[in-house]
Amino acid sequence: MEQQAAKNPSISPLWAGISTILWQEYLIFSRRFWKNTASTMVTPILYLFAFGFGLGRGIRFEGVSYLEFVIPGIVALSTMTSSFNAVATPLNISRLYDKTFEEYLTAPIPMISLTIGRILAGAFRGMFSGLVMLALTMVFGVHLHIGGLFLLLLFLNCLVFSGFGFWAALTIQSHSEINKFNAFVISPMSFLCGTFFSLQNIPQFLSAFLYILPLTHTTNGLRTLSLTQTFPLDSFIALTLYALLFFGLGLRACYQVEE
Amino acid sequence: MIVLESLTKRFDNRTVVDNLSLHIRPGEFFGLLGPNGAGKTTTIRMLMTLARATSGRIIIGGQDMTRNAMALKSKIGLVPQHINLDGELTARENLDMHGRLFGLRPEERKSRITELLEFVEMPDRANEPVRKFSGGMKRRILIARALMHRPQILLLDEPTIGLDPMTRRRMWDLVRKLNTGGQTILLTTHYLEEAEALCNRVALMNKGKLVELGTPEELKTKVGPFVVETDDGGLRRSHFFPTREAGSLFIQDLQQDGKGSSVSLRASNLEDVFIHLTSGDSLSMEEGTSKRDSKTINHRAKDF
Ligand SMILES: Nc1ncnc2c1ncn2[C@@H]1O[C@H](COP(=O)(O)OP(=O)(O)O)[C@@H](O)[C@H]1O
Ligand SMILES: [Mg+2]
Repeated sequence: MEQQAAKNPSISPLWAGISTILWQEYLIFSRRFWKNTASTMVTPILYLFAFGFGLGRGIRFEGVSYLEFVIPGIVALSTMTSSFNAVATPLNISRLYDKTFEEYLTAPIPMISLTIGRILAGAFRGMFSGLVMLALTMVFGVHLHIGGLFLLLLFLNCLVFSGFGFWAALTIQSHSEINKFNAFVISPMSFLCGTFFSLQNIPQFLSAFLYILPLTHTTNGLRTLSLTQTFPLDSFIALTLYALLFFGLGLRACYQVEE
Repeated sequence: MIVLESLTKRFDNRTVVDNLSLHIRPGEFFGLLGPNGAGKTTTIRMLMTLARATSGRIIIGGQDMTRNAMALKSKIGLVPQHINLDGELTARENLDMHGRLFGLRPEERKSRITELLEFVEMPDRANEPVRKFSGGMKRRILIARALMHRPQILLLDEPTIGLDPMTRRRMWDLVRKLNTGGQTILLTTHYLEEAEALCNRVALMNKGKLVELGTPEELKTKVGPFVVETDDGGLRRSHFFPTREAGSLFIQDLQQDGKGSSVSLRASNLEDVFIHLTSGDSLSMEEGTSKRDSKTINHRAKDF
């Protein structure tokens, strides 16, 4: 061991873990690039079709067209589902069926690098689908103000749900439980967290509850940035806290997971 | 090198590994032998921290094994029973991934991959996705992968399971070559001939318990180095004898009684030892032959 450490003074185990995970994910991603991209585009196109042509641009909502109002919400929800599923499903399969996850557990890398690597990889996938979505809105001729802060908040959202997927995949005991997470957590959030309507129009106690959910903060934050260009500090804080929470839970699960 | 102290694993109150203590010495080729379900894989998984021990300790090279024991992990190569290669990646990429995880530099990984693909006789298949390989080919890649980082300790969990006899023998040659570099090897198997062909020392496990421990020779001497097999209306019986002469005398007795058909005398092997030790319930001394010091076991042909 001393020999080996002397031979490789520059490669830290932390970086070895993170970079290997990203490298592997990249290999798989690039191999399925067109398939991935095509399937990523289906849902956004359907939304844009429904809200763009279906509802029309004539409808005004909070002073802007409904399409301009709803797009930040749709971007938030599609990055949520794609980050969550980019981690939860493959990691769960790799842990319970292929057992390829064992290769990481038995490697001399710290568990924290496994957590960072997987969550980052999932967030990048989520970001990719977010960018595809935003590119499509431009094709559809919708003009939103998308700056660095918008993308940063979007990336935070990806980290939150990638972390959530990581933790979920390591704690559940069968693949069908992933579907439960999708049915009882992810789907309800996509409809409730102000994606399609303004939270100002609903009863106080209900909106108080919705403000607990992370997606609400993403939607509101993205909407604020794209429509008013004011800085949504509370959104950044809430999402950072959520990202840290799931990172912590995921790291703990790495130590406890056992097949 | 590897010390297990009262290692126990329970799944929902079912004890799968029961108070197992072992000491595997440096450079030893050690066999953990037992029928399916004996707890061999669970033991290996606890060694690699993939399963958590209910109680007991694992000490490798004087250090406690834990999930964050990175220095220890980099000394160990694991060939799991379940093939856990990434089927989407090619053979080369699977090996490369392992090398990256173990912190090998790019040049080193490249030369090691070439070397190991030669070693497992698959240099021409490097760039094919692993999912297209046969079971035997996957096993060979699995072995090559475990060797990427030049481990001092190798854990081989049933490396020849499900292989045809030809491939199995080639695998034996391969595994035997590994030990010549002074590595410590722990191999589990339920093929007795495999343990006999490869191991310096074997531990017999049954229902989670250590039943016997020693060199294959010691164990054979223990039950009786010679065995006479008789066929008693479909029931095979093995009679053990300390010497060949005692065995021959027994056969002569049988022939005088007119029961000498389909009888054979041969040196005992690990399979006999195993049946002897694990079928305790059917172990019996035959009255008529006790004067010859024989031990007899009745058993239907068992498939391990
Ligand atoms: N995750 C698990 N949960 C419950 N029982 C298990 C689990 N893993 C293994 N077992 C049980 O432990 C016993 C020993 O299994 P194993 O270690 O795989 O045996 P071997 O490798 O010797 O064939 C078996 O009865 C098996 O069913
Ligand atoms: Mg096994």
